[in-house]
Amino acid sequence: MSLFAYGTGFWLVLVGIFGVVRSRNLIHSVVCVSVAQSGTYVILLAVGYQRGAVAPIFGPGSPPGTPVVDPVVQAMALTDIVVSATVTALLLALVIQVAKRHGTVVPDELHALRG
Amino acid sequence: MNRTARYVVFGIGCVGLLVLLGSAIRLLPAFGGAWHPYRDMAVAAALLHSTPNVVTSVNFDQRGLDTLAEEAILLASVLGAATLLRPGKDERARKPPGAGRMLHGTRLAGYVFLPVSLILGADVVVHGHLTPGGGFQGGVVLATGLHLLYLADSYPALRRLRPLRWYEYGEAVGMGAVVSLGVAGLLTGAGFLANILPTGGFGQLVSAGTVPLFSIAIGVEVASGVVVLLAGFLAQDLAIARDRSTA
Repeated sequence: MSLFAYGTGFWLVLVGIFGVVRSRNLIHSVVCVSVAQSGTYVILLAVGYQRGAVAPIFGPGSPPGTPVVDPVVQAMALTDIVVSATVTALLLALVIQVAKRHGTVVPDELHALRG
Repeated sequence: MNRTARYVVFGIGCVGLLVLLGSAIRLLPAFGGAWHPYRDMAVAAALLHSTPNVVTSVNFDQRGLDTLAEEAILLASVLGAATLLRPGKDERARKPPGAGRMLHGTRLAGYVFLPVSLILGADVVVHGHLTPGGGFQGGVVLATGLHLLYLADSYPALRRLRPLRWYEYGEAVGMGAVVSLGVAGLLTGAGFLANILPTGGFGQLVSAGTVPLFSIAIGVEVASGVVVLLAGFLAQDLAIARDRSTA
């Protein structure tokens, strides 16, 4: 079970990087980076999971003392989801500029940096 | 580098990484087990500051400095994207198209859910220390909810009711508020971003000290940031035309 849970995360990271390597379109590369990032969330949440535990929010249904899953990894995943969304937006803005300046979004056709 | 060479390099790196990850899995604690030392410490610290939502407590109290850095990354990437998306020398503003044909049902649903989603977003931000939510999630709900106006009406309507300048200020205010909270902690001698306010009763709306304030500041920052980003992309598509003469 450990192998399956952590393996899913590792697989997502690697398949995302592989997508960047074989990409023929910059927008596709940006999406692949997001896939690789999602793999890290799966790893984080798998590290924090406990069988039978509830969400780390106490209330009437789950008084303090109830077993909860690890909130530290959830907090890391949560902040990173929002931040990675804006970083993805930054990358897409870069793609727009590349498309305007070079007239292509195929990475292999971008040979040299031009001002 | 040609494609074959690239695949070979990737393959070597992939195998190396797999070997490392494979040996790491054997040392990781078993999936679903009860051994979570960080969880135990974080839960104890959250209860000490009467914050029922431990995730919010980690973000806005125990690891506040980390969240400040994340917020700075967010601000920097929004700034970068906004800079990249402004009109270039060979581009000019053009009149954006008005509303096209639209189903009455779409329009009605948009106008009904616009206020609902804005209130929901504010609720998620304000109750972040009590129930699932907080500044990050609520900010995204607020910013995307606002764009129901674009779906239900038109781009000009969105532009009229969304003064972009305010959201640019909002970003600065969000960042400034968090830094001020940190400096306030320093001035009282408790330390940067320490929880200096009284923490109140467990489960009360006004409780958990600086956590709700931090959460609201992040909510303002995230909502403004997402609005500025979406505005940049929308303008790029709808309100900017390339000058054919110089292109």
